[in-house]
Amino acid sequence: MTVPYSQSFVIEGRDFVHAGKASTEIKSILKSLGVDPVVVRRVAIAAYEAEMNVVMYAEHATMTFSVTPEVVHLVVEDRGPGIGDINLAMQEGWSTATHEMREMGFGAGMGLPNIKKNADEFTVRSEVGKGTRLEITIHIN
Amino acid sequence: MLLSDISELLACRVYTPKEQLPGVQIQFGCASDLMSDVLAFSRAGAVLLTGLVTVQTIQTAYIAEISAVVFVRGKKPNEDVVALAREKHIPVLATPYSMYEACGLLYRKGLPSTMEPATGVSAHEQT
Repeated sequence: MTVPYSQSFVIEGRDFVHAGKASTEIKSILKSLGVDPVVVRRVAIAAYEAEMNVVMYAEHATMTFSVTPEVVHLVVEDRGPGIGDINLAMQEGWSTATHEMREMGFGAGMGLPNIKKNADEFTVRSEVGKGTRLEITIHIN
Repeated sequence: MLLSDISELLACRVYTPKEQLPGVQIQFGCASDLMSDVLAFSRAGAVLLTGLVTVQTIQTAYIAEISAVVFVRGKKPNEDVVALAREKHIPVLATPYSMYEACGLLYRKGLPSTMEPATGVSAHEQT
């Protein structure tokens, strides 16, 4: 594997068995590319939070991951209910999670705030009834 | 603190290869059943104490660079949990102690927390 590198992953909503597979693969790829471990951890956490959001709330999504010598870029585009109030969803502790999600240790309202914390650039666009698009950029240097 | 010392202190049963333990240096302690909190507040090189025995616990540990997972109250991980932990080379142990006792024993030995006290809440604040 060499930089620049790009790969897309399909994530299915409600598929709790495979939840986290895309993010763990992204982490392994970044490690094998020799990216700084601090950056790898930030990307992995952002990707995993985004992936769990898809599994918990959306029907289906594509996560596109690309690496250049300067940045790691993640785009997560889902088909799902969308987010009615993005400002509210960005607040720590705000969540619409079900009991099942909480039993898995998620749904505490930390997902989007934690992505923001780990990203250098983060944008969320959402349309209720259609879906959500997250764009995450993390600088390598 | 070495993971082998933690294993002894907490009277752990070890579910992954025991040979791994002496080589694992643990710098911090982290305790939560909320994987969201682990992702948000843990640091690389920590041991995670948790009562949540699921595959997602191991996925979270791998993502957050947790060095070892200790299940509290003697909870037994199932085959899927152990298989993923082996694949990701994450030591998995179980202690008979409760979360509170296990944390106390490690804290008393000087293992620092991964988390800073929350800001904006005074220790003297009255409810």
